[in-house]
Amino acid sequence: MAEETRSTFSSSGERGGDRPPSRGPRPAGGPGGGREGGRKYFRRKKVCKFCVEKIEAINYKDVRLLAQFVAESGKIVPRRLTGVCTPHQRRLSTAIKQARNIALLPFAGRAS
Amino acid sequence: MNRTYELMFIVRPDMVEEELDKLISTLESQVTSSGGAVKSVERMGKRRLAYTVRRFHDGMYILLTAEGSGALIHELERRLRVTEPVIKFLTVRVDEEQKRLDKIKQIRESRKKKAPPAPAETSADAGGEAAPVTA
Repeated sequence: MAEETRSTFSSSGERGGDRPPSRGPRPAGGPGGGREGGRKYFRRKKVCKFCVEKIEAINYKDVRLLAQFVAESGKIVPRRLTGVCTPHQRRLSTAIKQARNIALLPFAGRAS
Repeated sequence: MNRTYELMFIVRPDMVEEELDKLISTLESQVTSSGGAVKSVERMGKRRLAYTVRRFHDGMYILLTAEGSGALIHELERRLRVTEPVIKFLTVRVDEEQKRLDKIKQIRESRKKKAPPAPAETSADAGGEAAPVTA
């Protein structure tokens, strides 16, 4: 929670980053020194697939597109792993929930 | 009264073609009689369901796009709920989304038209423009 407030203050054009890259004594690096020891720190600056390919309409009907953002267990993958930007993640999430309702995607696959 | 809705419903897989046609024509006539318009009916064929619905593992998917009021959809859904072969349905309103998509398309086209000659410069400009937008 604290990290998020800090990142809004230091808005230096970092679109997808949850945390600013270099603060304090830590050198600006990649996954070298994670914050809480987490390895998925800032691995290779992921870009939002929808922004890059300019896909505007995320339909609940194209299951192949949606299935890329759904884990094996059927859960929606968080955007820090997929690199999707916030507005697209919201639309994607709605589309996945609609697809689940109409039995195009499972609610729970092989429950992990 | 120009709302556009997409109504997708699943019919049990062991349904006969004629009965399905009858059902669809009933729905279509319902739409037109309530002052709406059917834009398209698409049969998406038999698909495996992601989970069992009423003990069925497959179903025939049908997509009906219609223009009309909310009351029309209310009536259609009521009918679908009562119809025995229909096992699931989902209605989505699409006119707002369509408006947004059209707006984006317009903006993109106007941007393209603004600088058609000198493609080198325009690509550099577009690159420069796109970078702050995405970042």
